[in-house]
Amino acid sequence: MVDRRDFIKKTASSLAALGGLALLQRSGLAAATRAEASTIVDALSGKEALIKQTSRPPNYETPTHYFDAPFTPNNQFFVRYHNAVIPEVKIGDWRLRIGGDAARTPLEFSLDQLRKDFEQVEIAALCLCSGNRRGLFEPPVPGLQWGFGAMGNALWRGVRLKDVLAGAGIDKSALEVSLAGADSGVLPTTPNFVKSLPLAKALDENTLIAFEMNGEPLPHWNGFPARLIIPGWTATYWIKHLTALNVLSKPFDGYWMKTAYRIPKDRFPSGQFSSQETETAMPITEILVNSLITNLADGQAMTNAKSIEIKGVAWDCGDGIARVEVSTDGGVNWHQAALKQDYGRFSWRQWRWVFEPKHPGQYRIMARATSHSGVSQPLEPIPNPSGYHHNAVQKITIHLA
Amino acid sequence: MRMPILLLSFFAATATAGEGQVFLKDRPGKNQVVAQCAMCHSLDYITAHATILDRAGWEKTVGKMINSMGAPIDDADKRVIINYLAQNYGK
Repeated sequence: MVDRRDFIKKTASSLAALGGLALLQRSGLAAATRAEASTIVDALSGKEALIKQTSRPPNYETPTHYFDAPFTPNNQFFVRYHNAVIPEVKIGDWRLRIGGDAARTPLEFSLDQLRKDFEQVEIAALCLCSGNRRGLFEPPVPGLQWGFGAMGNALWRGVRLKDVLAGAGIDKSALEVSLAGADSGVLPTTPNFVKSLPLAKALDENTLIAFEMNGEPLPHWNGFPARLIIPGWTATYWIKHLTALNVLSKPFDGYWMKTAYRIPKDRFPSGQFSSQETETAMPITEILVNSLITNLADGQAMTNAKSIEIKGVAWDCGDGIARVEVSTDGGVNWHQAALKQDYGRFSWRQWRWVFEPKHPGQYRIMARATSHSGVSQPLEPIPNPSGYHHNAVQKITIHLA
Repeated sequence: MRMPILLLSFFAATATAGEGQVFLKDRPGKNQVVAQCAMCHSLDYITAHATILDRAGWEKTVGKMINSMGAPIDDADKRVIINYLAQNYGK
């Protein structure tokens, strides 16, 4: 693994070549607006062109039309980082260290040991950024102005976190497990992106340390060589380049738990994370029921369209999708879509419905998913200060000539 | 340039190719903004918030960078940076 000191040594010479800050001091062009910024297309190494939100740290979303596939290809999968120092981890150097005040036996694993010592399992699960669709909130909310693409569905292969933690001798006092990765801030004063899970979620049989994604090693930008998979919970807990797990007897109080990724308690379902709750706020945890139309764009015009297939995906926290309904008249009448293959309750579910318009004109298309627990999407997003959990029914207009 | 050479090397190490395409308005305060903000992140974080943050929003954001994210910005630079952002990238 490249540590910070090596990183300085290796890169000091590249400073001159880059011209230092002069690179960013050129001027003359107008700044991109909110809308324009969301349509800058750019490719990271090993990735196809994605929609760039920011360069450094890299934040890129997947264009909606890529979501037509049941599993999002690795080279089209979204990228999200909080800190800019992202070392290229070498497998031979990588170690996972397990400790904490509520672990009796500190442990250390190489990737080979993880692969050999524990049963390997596979799970299809949606990786969804907490702030996906933040850019759709009105009025706007500060933060990355994500459109629809800060998410992806993949088949993850790895080992169960509970199997790996078992050997560490979890004490009765254990309350949470903290999760840390190899990436860090540029300054030593910047908090690392460290999260925690309640013990029950850490020991859930579906919680994995994954080293494969869609049958291949994890891409660098998605957490090589190992990342956490927390099915049903938003991606803020899915720590990439995983290096350390600490079993703790007290609530973890780092910035990324105590201050960030929090939502008001009075308007969202219970978070199942009582050790991190205050009277009014709680960490964001479970994904809300949601859906997306993947093959039509707002404002799209079509000619001679007698039969229009409307396709999309729907998902929730793992209760599973019971039904998806489509409206072509702005929500007056709803039609039940056909659900495609079920890859498991944490995967998104593809759906389709065929629209046979009787006459030309303008149509208001909407899609609405309902989970097996009977919960459905609201017509308007639930306001919250950080713009999380946008799961309002999508409304798009198409023009038929 | 008051930035220590060590930090400059971090900046160079983490800069990506497309980053040079972000240009800030050439007005007073720009040098401080580039020197302090680009130490840790690309300047598209600024342009992306041009229609979102008003002066109070920029004050809060710069305060978060100093108090939560550990940015070593002194009070004089802090004032210059907030003024620049509010005047040139304020809602």
